Amino acid sequence: MISSSRSFSSHRKGCPLSSKNAPAIDYKNIKLLSRFISEHGKIIPSRITSVSAKKQRELATAIKRARYIALLPYVED
Amino acid sequence: MPFYECVFITRQDIPANEVDKLADNFADIISAEGGKVTKRENWGLRQLAYRIQKNRKGHYVLLNIDAPSSAVKEMERQMRINENLLRFMTVKVEALEEGPSAMMAKPRDYKEDDASESFDFDAGFHSEDTLEMENIEPVENIESEENNDK
Repeated sequence: MISSSRSFSSHRKGCPLSSKNAPAIDYKNIKLLSRFISEHGKIIPSRITSVSAKKQRELATAIKRARYIALLPYVED
Repeated sequence: MPFYECVFITRQDIPANEVDKLADNFADIISAEGGKVTKRENWGLRQLAYRIQKNRKGHYVLLNIDAPSSAVKEMERQMRINENLLRFMTVKVEALEEGPSAMMAKPRDYKEDDASESFDFDAGFHSEDTLEMENIEPVENIESEENNDK
């Protein structure tokens, strides 16, 4: 029987950014942000990183700001 | 008064003291309009992630500003005029952080604290092109996860 929801495995894990001692999401903190972008520089969907929707939105704005001030690349070949 | 964080990048070939003079100049503009710069950080000469106006490197400066919007508007106007500035970004923030920013703080390696343990990021992650096609995890190990969860 093939399981229907493919993202079953990811939502079991808790959101890594919502735990109480998780680092704050900040556009200057590129070490944290770079863990949520693919090796081509794209933002990785939350269905894979199991990040909560609220944190994923914060993450997305932080990554876009970091890209604007050239801390993160828009595209990495 | 509202808090702002402003990061600006200057061209590579202007000397470091010039960068400080520039930052002083902006700080004066802010204080002239009744605001104040609570913290100034010079991130030094950094490699840019992509070329901006043919420059590969740039001097980064961060300013924490506590000022009315008119002060920031005037500062930004000056920034647009200045040719040495490649780019600037001012962001309204809830609170200004006192200590060194994430850029200057000691490079914390996220591997060891628990936030990173919850997912082993590289293991289950396929390269980009296969991501869309077979949707990340082959079916069989989803089966195994379902069994042990029943």
